[in-house]
Amino acid sequence: MSVPPPLEPRRASPWALWLPLILFAGFLALVIHGLTRPGSTEVESAMVGKPLPAFALEPAVFDRPGLATADFKVGKPRLLNIFASWCVPCAIEAPQLESLRREGVAIDGIAIRDRREDVAAFLARNGNPFARIGKDDVSAVQLALGSSGVPESFVIDGKGVIRYQHIGVIRAEDLPLIREKLEEAQ
Amino acid sequence: MRLLACLLALWFAAPAAAQDSMPPAPWAYRQLDDPAQEARAQALMETLRCLKCQSQSIADSDAPMAGDMRSQVRQRIAAGEDPEAIRSWLIERYGDYVSYTPRLTSLTWPLFAMPLVLLALVMLLLRRRLRKGDSA
Repeated sequence: MSVPPPLEPRRASPWALWLPLILFAGFLALVIHGLTRPGSTEVESAMVGKPLPAFALEPAVFDRPGLATADFKVGKPRLLNIFASWCVPCAIEAPQLESLRREGVAIDGIAIRDRREDVAAFLARNGNPFARIGKDDVSAVQLALGSSGVPESFVIDGKGVIRYQHIGVIRAEDLPLIREKLEEAQ
Repeated sequence: MRLLACLLALWFAAPAAAQDSMPPAPWAYRQLDDPAQEARAQALMETLRCLKCQSQSIADSDAPMAGDMRSQVRQRIAAGEDPEAIRSWLIERYGDYVSYTPRLTSLTWPLFAMPLVLLALVMLLLRRRLRKGDSA
């Protein structure tokens, strides 16, 4: 702030007169910016680049084994899909998971807050692209992964390090990106 | 016919609810027996953000995931874990976003510095004004 020339005691400096208005205009600009361009509501996991947390989950269905951290340390990248039978969008991404599976991508699932019979019915209806499916009844592994919803998918490299997080449904147009991330994790 | 209508209704009802049918996690709606521990858990839960319903704390939310988070908080506190350690564990996973209590970081320091700067400014202006008052 520049020091104004010597003042008579009563007269306000031009700064004192205009500063509040300038501040208010700045505040208004900030509010308009915030209203017209609301931020994303997705919560990204801070675990990308870090090793998978230690976990061992019971099988979610009878015809697939459960899922544990050790299952990812097998030298090849795997796709970890967080889903639930009660999650409507999860059915939408089933065809995309199925086509990845047919391309030879190893996919494991974690069913969140789900019953065995419901998971089985969901897979019977939408296809089962999973090699292993763990059952996470209290979202414990989901919280440990920094995942905040279903569906979410993680690319895990062959050493068990999380390399990429995909939030929401894997749509057909997302497939090239997923393939690229799996390739990078080789 | 009635059965068909019921089935149809069920078919439409399930996706609309889009909620699981599992019972809540063991400590989601149950307080810890030790009041001191429960108070610590409650204080922490009020400052953790529900990730599904982002303008609520997990203490305020009925989302199943918030219940799972409460249950985990209570279990860890009962096991003797420090509330701030639990907060750090969550921040490690979800970033600062999950906590309603801002930490001092390279990004947030202006939040803490601004009041001090403003206070210093006020002191400066007051001093000048008071001095002027003296000389008048």
